[in-house]
Amino acid sequence: MKKRSKNPELATTKSRLDLKRRDFFALLGGGVAVYLSSRNPSELLALPLIQQREVPEDFNAFLTIYEDGTVICHVGKIEMGQGPITSLPQQVADELDVSIESIKMVMGDTATCSYDAGTWGSLTTREYSHYLRAACAEARAVLIQLAVEHLNISPENAKVKDGIVFDASKPEKKISYGWLTKGERIERSMDEKPKVKDHTEFYYVGQSLLRADSRLKVTGEAKYTADIPMEGRVYAKVLRPPSHHVKLKTVDFSEAEKMTGVEVIRDGDLIAVLHKLPDIAERALGTIKAEYTGDENEVDDQSIFSHLLTATGDIREREKAGDLEAGEAQADFIVESEFHDGYKAHAPIEPHAAMANWEGEKVTVWGSCQSPFGAQDQIAQELGMALEDVRVISPFVGGGFGGKIYHPQVMEVVKIARLVNKPVLLAYTREEEFFMDFFRSAAAIRIRSGITEKGLISLWDYKHYFFEARGSDTIYNVPNKLTTSYVARRGSPVQPLPTGAWRAPGANSNTFARESHIDIMAAKAEIDPVEFRLRNLADEKMIAVIEALKAKFGYTPAKGPSGRGIGMACGTDAGTWVAVMIAVKVDIETGNVQAIKAVVSQDMGMCVNPQGSIIQAEGCVTMGMGYALSEDIEFKGGDVISSNFDNYQLPLFSWTPEVIDTVILDRMDEPPQGGGEPAIICMGGALANAIFDACGARLHQMPMTPERVLAGIKLAKG
Amino acid sequence: MEKLIRFNLNGKETELTIDPTLTLLWVLRDQFGLTGTKYGCGIGVCGACTILVDNNAVRSCTYQVSDVMDRKVVTIEGLASNGELHPVQKAFIEKDALQCGYCTPGMIMNATSLLLANPEPTRQEVIDAMQENLCRCGAHIRIIEAIQLAGQDMKKGK
Repeated sequence: MKKRSKNPELATTKSRLDLKRRDFFALLGGGVAVYLSSRNPSELLALPLIQQREVPEDFNAFLTIYEDGTVICHVGKIEMGQGPITSLPQQVADELDVSIESIKMVMGDTATCSYDAGTWGSLTTREYSHYLRAACAEARAVLIQLAVEHLNISPENAKVKDGIVFDASKPEKKISYGWLTKGERIERSMDEKPKVKDHTEFYYVGQSLLRADSRLKVTGEAKYTADIPMEGRVYAKVLRPPSHHVKLKTVDFSEAEKMTGVEVIRDGDLIAVLHKLPDIAERALGTIKAEYTGDENEVDDQSIFSHLLTATGDIREREKAGDLEAGEAQADFIVESEFHDGYKAHAPIEPHAAMANWEGEKVTVWGSCQSPFGAQDQIAQELGMALEDVRVISPFVGGGFGGKIYHPQVMEVVKIARLVNKPVLLAYTREEEFFMDFFRSAAAIRIRSGITEKGLISLWDYKHYFFEARGSDTIYNVPNKLTTSYVARRGSPVQPLPTGAWRAPGANSNTFARESHIDIMAAKAEIDPVEFRLRNLADEKMIAVIEALKAKFGYTPAKGPSGRGIGMACGTDAGTWVAVMIAVKVDIETGNVQAIKAVVSQDMGMCVNPQGSIIQAEGCVTMGMGYALSEDIEFKGGDVISSNFDNYQLPLFSWTPEVIDTVILDRMDEPPQGGGEPAIICMGGALANAIFDACGARLHQMPMTPERVLAGIKLAKG
Repeated sequence: MEKLIRFNLNGKETELTIDPTLTLLWVLRDQFGLTGTKYGCGIGVCGACTILVDNNAVRSCTYQVSDVMDRKVVTIEGLASNGELHPVQKAFIEKDALQCGYCTPGMIMNATSLLLANPEPTRQEVIDAMQENLCRCGAHIRIIEAIQLAGQDMKKGK
């Protein structure tokens, strides 16, 4: 059952539901849709519905138009760097026929914005914009109708430009949207919902625009959660255990209580110290003595892979086709390999923060979270409150990458602030940010494949162990195949650390394994690895993306290892077809890998802001070098040893390739797909293949650290 | 024990009586409301809290407030003059050299310090100077271009 909202703005939509449209919208807004790869909305209709609430279909929930022509667009999406603050107005301006300068975005406020489950899964353009565009198209149609009545002109002659409706035959007969609306909600709606515009009618969509929030961000004016001013605010510091697998036994906070101005609060195992100065709160926290029960879990960052490969769980088979034995019989040779990938942190530069301010029975929370509405639901549910008594606002968010889907800091600060009756800010330290993270899963993969003497893949037997299935599709044209997922049983987690979404969860590890294995086969068959892929692909979109990649890179065929240090990987993610080619230099004395040039090619359907999409691709290349080459969570049992940037290595300026080129295939006549995540999935595979091509070292484990590269070189030399 | 601390902050002589051991980052944010300077790591390894002290880039999370006694402090809020953005700020906008923007003030302050000392840095010199400023969104390639552009603009007197 879907929950009905108690928000009056949302509740008004029920009376005039168009069933088809409602179902379409409900599905598009659902949290479950994060993991859908379906491109066709009608396919989405067949899928189960798991979401808290409906996205409103009353266009007033998205738009308010003031008399001076200002269009306030209030959407539940948040801005964490990926640019909806720029790309959403492009679409609003085109659908409404107003100038982009007249639009002001209000985002991530549960009290004023239209519902959205969360900003994740590269869904803002490919799904949320459908609602927004539909709302704008309907608002435009209603406003034209109102203008026609007011001006007493013929509907066929009514035209709109920059928010002014006029008679095409008598342009002096005109009226503005702002005059018609005056900032009020528009009570009229269209029985027959107007169509959104065709791509040929766009003016702003398809143009490269600079970020709309740059000026605020380069001057320091942009407000992130911890920057929100609040009279009487105190800082909270929370006592953390040394491990995820221990329980609090005894605690003594008498020293902290003696400190001037320090307050200590306890709510079960949640123990926090408060002071108006963060330095003093931190010192007070340091005086608390606590004892915990022992951590019995012995798994660490070395034994994690054998742990995953031997753990008990359920087996789910997918992509079953043909007959594996027949595939083996057709093969000229068989290749078997195993791949490992360690835990990764999200490590946004802004750690999780939240501030809560209770006024009577109502609470307002500012939080760095990707899902303000999800946080609102969780607060209301856990504290037994009505939704309208909980307001959550996500101001600018300093990076999310899936890590701010989880908002433990919001729940903690709401509980703390309720006990002390004053505004409280809980801003995690970097050490807390590492400890409290929901990491990208550790991964183990086994692949067994067969190649015919013509260089065709006759067998593909893919097994992945206890991490996300996203990106585990074969993508190649193989007659005999099977993908097997080993899945933890309910109540029996296999991953020893908390895990969750991480910029294309699962797809990074799965694509690393598949694309490395493809190159291993190509080398064994003595075929150029790009040619080998093309020979085994039937998907025309993937082929077109690779051809564009080759052309942009200026690739010439050679069998690997060619010594040139060029590698590629490809895949599909968030509805987008993507391929990356990268050239590296490997220092055979130190094992250091330096990227020289990277090219990204993608078919992402309609592209709203090409420059914004290119920047996302560049970000994927740069961020992706981290998980591929250096990032690895060191842990023992539930003790997360990686605790700050001095022992968890993010990409550095010196790693930046001299060139990162991006090709976006012109698909303006097709539905928009994802842009925030796709290119990052290729980085592990492309770098592994480039390292092999440079020096013959085949690496089976990420991160591909200098030590592992040196070991690989030694092994290759035999 | 509280102590009188006097320094020049964004061009204005300022003083406050405060525990001299408090972290400069928090004093700037909480006592002066200069929230453009960000916390990122607390141990001086990410650069999000970078400010200028006597025109040198420093990590305000590793400074005590007493360390800036009688010195000249500039934060991101003090970089523009009379509403006119600094060339580094303009170049970051023009090159779209940011995403989430959280590391941006620290990047700009560090780049400003570099350009004050070396107005025409090579790509390698930019990289060397910026090496210990972290960006998670991956805007590095544009930040390098922006800093080189800002250097050229500063030379032309823009």
